[in-house]
Amino acid sequence: MPILDEKYETLNREEIKQLQLERLQVTLNRAYKNVAFYRNLFDKSNIIPEDITSLDDLAKIPFTTRENLIENQPYRMFAIPLREVVRLQSSSGTTREPIVVGYSKNDIEHWTNLMTRVLTAAGVTKDDIVQIAFDYGLFTGALGFHYGAERIGATVIPCSRLSVEKQINIMKNYRTTVLVCTPTFALHIANIMSEQGISPAGLSLRVGLFGSEPWSESVRKEIEDKFHIIALDNYGLSEVMGPGVSVECEHKNGLHIFEDHFIAEVIDPKTGERLPDGKAGELVLTTITKEAFPMIRYRTGDCTCLDHSVCKCGRTIVRMSRVSARTDDMIVIQGINIYPSQIEQILAEIEGTEPHYRIRVDRNGALDELEVWVEVSTNIFFDEIKKMSALEEEIQKKIEETFGLSIKVKLVEPGSIKKWKDGNTKN
Amino acid sequence: MLRIQSLSSFYGNIQALRGISLHVGYGEIVALLGANGAGKTTLLNSICGLITSKKGNVLFKDHDIINLTPEKIVRLGISQVPEGRQLFGELSVLDNLILGAYLRRKKGKKEVNKSIETVFSIFPILSERQKQHAGTLSGGQQQMLAIGRALMSEPELLLLDEPSMGLAPKVVSEIFDVIKNLRKEQNTTILLVEQNARVALKVADRAYILETGRAVLEGSSEELLENKEVRRAYLGKGYKEIWE
Repeated sequence: MPILDEKYETLNREEIKQLQLERLQVTLNRAYKNVAFYRNLFDKSNIIPEDITSLDDLAKIPFTTRENLIENQPYRMFAIPLREVVRLQSSSGTTREPIVVGYSKNDIEHWTNLMTRVLTAAGVTKDDIVQIAFDYGLFTGALGFHYGAERIGATVIPCSRLSVEKQINIMKNYRTTVLVCTPTFALHIANIMSEQGISPAGLSLRVGLFGSEPWSESVRKEIEDKFHIIALDNYGLSEVMGPGVSVECEHKNGLHIFEDHFIAEVIDPKTGERLPDGKAGELVLTTITKEAFPMIRYRTGDCTCLDHSVCKCGRTIVRMSRVSARTDDMIVIQGINIYPSQIEQILAEIEGTEPHYRIRVDRNGALDELEVWVEVSTNIFFDEIKKMSALEEEIQKKIEETFGLSIKVKLVEPGSIKKWKDGNTKN
Repeated sequence: MLRIQSLSSFYGNIQALRGISLHVGYGEIVALLGANGAGKTTLLNSICGLITSKKGNVLFKDHDIINLTPEKIVRLGISQVPEGRQLFGELSVLDNLILGAYLRRKKGKKEVNKSIETVFSIFPILSERQKQHAGTLSGGQQQMLAIGRALMSEPELLLLDEPSMGLAPKVVSEIFDVIKNLRKEQNTTILLVEQNARVALKVADRAYILETGRAVLEGSSEELLENKEVRRAYLGKGYKEIWE
């Protein structure tokens, strides 16, 4: 697959560091001058921007957290006058209050360019028909992809808030070649297709770009098998821009972070210490080209690890492993940390279950109890009770083994867990 | 080609540059913009060794040049056209050019004559006026002579300090045409200091904007022309209020 910006995606390490240092210093100078929050943050830590003379010095600056952004809603984190802001969006609200973010004209231009890189990395060209089944609106995913796909010259179908049936009709009749949505929604489409007896052979689909929630390798495999496509991950968050922070290339060995626009660090979420390549921790991002809404050392809450080695595709920029979980989706049951995606992974490995599940936590008294509701495949559900209880037991055993914790499992009918209303809701 | 990391420069106790990082790639034209006293000239003088009190890294073609003397830096391939041209007014045009090749005097007359021919081919007017005193030239011609003199050391990187200063708009555009051609024909890399942001952004690929010794903006010329702050402060467009 081609690389859009050879110049910036294949810089050598020295060049990347030079560019990042220059842009970081500019960002710090501007944030210090224009954003009261950052000026206070620096002053309290006895730092002035010129103390940051290398990329390592970045570690001297305290983190910015989601709480900081909430405290400064709606406009106090902006570094340019509101008159110069050409767009407002907000975080998708998977967790608590939404965060309003702003973009200058140049920010939108950069974002479009990055999304063009993302789509190009997935092999999308002007000949493609791109169906964007994200929610257009405050959520950044849809418009980000929309602008990128148009820049490439592809044909864009903005498919916001359509029923699955309509999405399938469009995909079939308009001969969509590229699907953009959440992995959950893609699976949902696939399931309805198989219910209606529509074979993927009747579609023109060849590639899917899925994101905005963590998804496992087994979900990827399932999507690829059900649609007969290549499914690629991409990453971003509205607080730093939206999608377009990083993307997988065809080698599927980590997501390339666009280092000419972002500085990525991985930290130990407890101590805040920087972690070396290969060690999993929380991703911390610093924007270095954003004019309207600069973020310095923003704690993303996403778990990943970094890899600075050069990828087979030729990109030299650092790669992050696929986000395995969000630190704030984490459930603690009897002192044990549980990520929903871990349960998803287990379920995906058990035959007879669909990867639609619900985790219930009962907090009665001192002891928390975990109950997992799992959808089963149609053919099993109507079978004998014996088989069902055996399946229940299997799931229970596997989850208990993984976490060392006793849990309850309940099997439910397929389709009864309404996980998806549109492409962007998550349970 | 040129890579500067966190450069700070001092005049005695006064700090003129506060941790500036920038780079100039091979064949690029890069502009340094900013108001009076922002540190633009200090930055050029720090690169070519005229200011010795400084810290940070200055790498030219991967050589650390921060502690080198100006002569050594010129020999490595950097040449500066100073602010206000600084010609020898009493000397002829030709003699001014020959002085520009002072460090190459040992290479023989032939080499120097070749460079003079090159300069004359770029600036035919200097050939016509070669016998005239430099002080009798017009402002634009003096600027051409100053650039020509800098080219006599056959630089790979040319530092230009305020080439538009004191020139009529028509002459400014002539000078900037010359700058564009230098890159095209001589393959010279150029770092340019300017107060005239509009003209500079027209020829430069990228620019850095300096404010009180710090870099506050950086980007391609197109981007900076779109930036409202640049338009307000340097292009005289837009409005002054910050919060609405």
